[in-house]
Amino acid sequence: MLSAILALTALAVVFGLLLGFAAVRFKVEADPVVDQIDAILPQTQCGQCGYPGCRPYAEAIASGEADINQCPPGGEAGVQALADLLGRDPKPINPEHGEIKPKMVAVIDEQLCIGCTLCIQACPVDAILGAAKHMHTVIEAECTGCELCVPPCPVDCIAMVPVKTEIATWKWPYPESLPEDQPTSLADLLTGGAAGRGA
Amino acid sequence: MSRRLWHFHGGLHLAAHKDESMREEVLPTRLPSRLVLPLQQHIGEPAEPVVTVGEQVLKGQVVARAHGYVSAPVHASSSGTVVAIEERPVAHPSGLSAPCIVIETDGREKWRRRESRIDDFTALDPSELRNRIREAGIVGLGGAGFPAFIKLNPGTAKVKTLILNGAECEPYITCDAMLMRQRPREIVEGLRIMRHALQAERCLIGIEDNKPRAIEALRQALAEAGLGDVEVVAVPTRYPAGGEKQLIKVLTGQEVPSHGLPLNIGVVCHNVGTAAAVYRAIAVGEPLLSRVVTVTGRGVSRPRNLEVLIGTPIGALLAECGPERGDLDRLIMGGPMMGFALHTDEAPVVKTTNCILAATHEDVVPDRPALPCIRCGECTRVCPVDLLPQQLYWHARAKDFDKVQDYNLFDCIECGCCAYVCPSHLPLVQYYRFAKTEIWAKEREKEKADIARRRHEFRQARLEREKAEREARHRQKREALAKDKSKGKGADQAAEQSKKAAIKEAMERAKAKRAAAGVTPKNTENLSEEQRRQIEQAEARRKANARPGDDDNAARVSDKESE
Repeated sequence: MLSAILALTALAVVFGLLLGFAAVRFKVEADPVVDQIDAILPQTQCGQCGYPGCRPYAEAIASGEADINQCPPGGEAGVQALADLLGRDPKPINPEHGEIKPKMVAVIDEQLCIGCTLCIQACPVDAILGAAKHMHTVIEAECTGCELCVPPCPVDCIAMVPVKTEIATWKWPYPESLPEDQPTSLADLLTGGAAGRGA
Repeated sequence: MSRRLWHFHGGLHLAAHKDESMREEVLPTRLPSRLVLPLQQHIGEPAEPVVTVGEQVLKGQVVARAHGYVSAPVHASSSGTVVAIEERPVAHPSGLSAPCIVIETDGREKWRRRESRIDDFTALDPSELRNRIREAGIVGLGGAGFPAFIKLNPGTAKVKTLILNGAECEPYITCDAMLMRQRPREIVEGLRIMRHALQAERCLIGIEDNKPRAIEALRQALAEAGLGDVEVVAVPTRYPAGGEKQLIKVLTGQEVPSHGLPLNIGVVCHNVGTAAAVYRAIAVGEPLLSRVVTVTGRGVSRPRNLEVLIGTPIGALLAECGPERGDLDRLIMGGPMMGFALHTDEAPVVKTTNCILAATHEDVVPDRPALPCIRCGECTRVCPVDLLPQQLYWHARAKDFDKVQDYNLFDCIECGCCAYVCPSHLPLVQYYRFAKTEIWAKEREKEKADIARRRHEFRQARLEREKAEREARHRQKREALAKDKSKGKGADQAAEQSKKAAIKEAMERAKAKRAAAGVTPKNTENLSEEQRRQIEQAEARRKANARPGDDDNAARVSDKESE
């Protein structure tokens, strides 16, 4: 009886030590959920969600304080991705936080700019270049289109314009949205009058 | 031939429609009045203009230089004046414009000094050859337009087989076939140069067996050039035998790994047109200024092949092929299987333009509505890359971009076989193209978001740092003030005292100095009576004036000083 208890205790101690050692030695630095949420958010840092940036919003979602449908720049796809990650049901963007718009970029009318630096201070990603009493300009490649620079401008010289589609960024349309007169497939050329089907 | 050939999966036998455009010799086109040279005619970074509007340019002069490694320069294909550097419509399925250099030709075709000819290229280092080929602006002329010098640089890999691709499997297109017939010597010499650049062990030329004259011409040219070890292989005519990976499979039996390059299995494949361009660059000293283009279809009355200057507007090209028929339905760049419809005939011929197909209503069947997929599996049977087009279709349609990549979407060569056989007329290739561009856009967005995150975090850190620094400064100031206060009035007085003492000391030092030198000021001693009286009067006036506004005066003086 006693020997059995001792044996079991010894086993428990040995395994306990083993597990304790493994827990320390092979500790996996789990990707915290905040990072995963932050990776999905579009990083516009626009604050439309009601938080001062994407990271604080990610923290709020993780703590259950905020809902997943407060990010218009992320769009429906963003909500879907968050829903998949968190195992919740996707829902439409809350209109309180703004509407989904095409991608925009800020443009400063350099004729009007008085060089007040207010927009520079408002830009969350340092995408505006300039100095006091000197013309400012937006670094287009860095602009997230957050619109935060627009309200502080005292002379209203900042406009948000849709991002221009170039050949390098052009996307093939979803086939069903093709206009009627477009060919659905160029292979049709051959199946019709020009060529009979091959073997 | 006893050579063993392999098969690639799937493929189709298509009506070739090649004879129509092969009745006439390849002739150069008339010089157009304007040449439009897009800055991007290749895969990679667009070229950078090095000319300005109004500048005179000579034929063969570089008008835009390569920007970055994966890039190619653009040359003026004729002499004239640069009249614009602006966005112009180019041949692209989007119909969008792209930056172009527009040259008004002067008709003199005046050449820039040509590069020196290299007669003995074997004396040159392969890297020197590659440099020449890069500077000549040569890109893959088969259609993809990848800068040729990169594909001639094996790096540390060993090239076992160099394959020249003359299969030209797509219906209607005959530009390579005509080139092989008419200029086989250039192709063979180009092959020799490429072989040296790659240090390849063996060379093969793959040609579909429906081009016996091309095969014959190349065999003869090889014999004349004394290249007995290069073999011209007639491959069975089956679309898409001219696909790079398909041709490699047929000739060597090896498969290029998914996401890999032919170089991974020791094979490099170049188009026959590229070989001819390499020959011209090295042995003649001419950059890539023109190419052979097939103009065919029922929309033109005289279908044929033409030697076209790069930058020639397609409209001008069509005008050379007889009166256009009124019932032209659409212009297609490339062939009927993989080409795309042009939005305008203003777009210019570029380095990768192999064919202009002028299709009439007779050529095009009316749009048939797509019907539901019946899971017949025909698409899987014909897919030359061994994919599952049906699965790709379902997932692309559902916009499930992870799944569609699991089914190897990016191995799809967009040959169109699946859509061709689909009994439900599903626009399958369009779905794949849609999915591909969506995935690329997502990757770009992700990259942009990462940059924005880093910049935002950096800004936050900077603001924090600045705040901390400001606070530290304020604290220091506050501390200094507090110290002064603790010393109180006593300290002030002590300071005053020490100042006074210092002044007194200085005065005494001066006095002693004066005494030692025995100098007395002239203006205070030995004054006349008159002078003394004047001084006293002035002193009295001064005192009388100063008294009422003493403070004001002092304030004014100090104001002045501070200014």
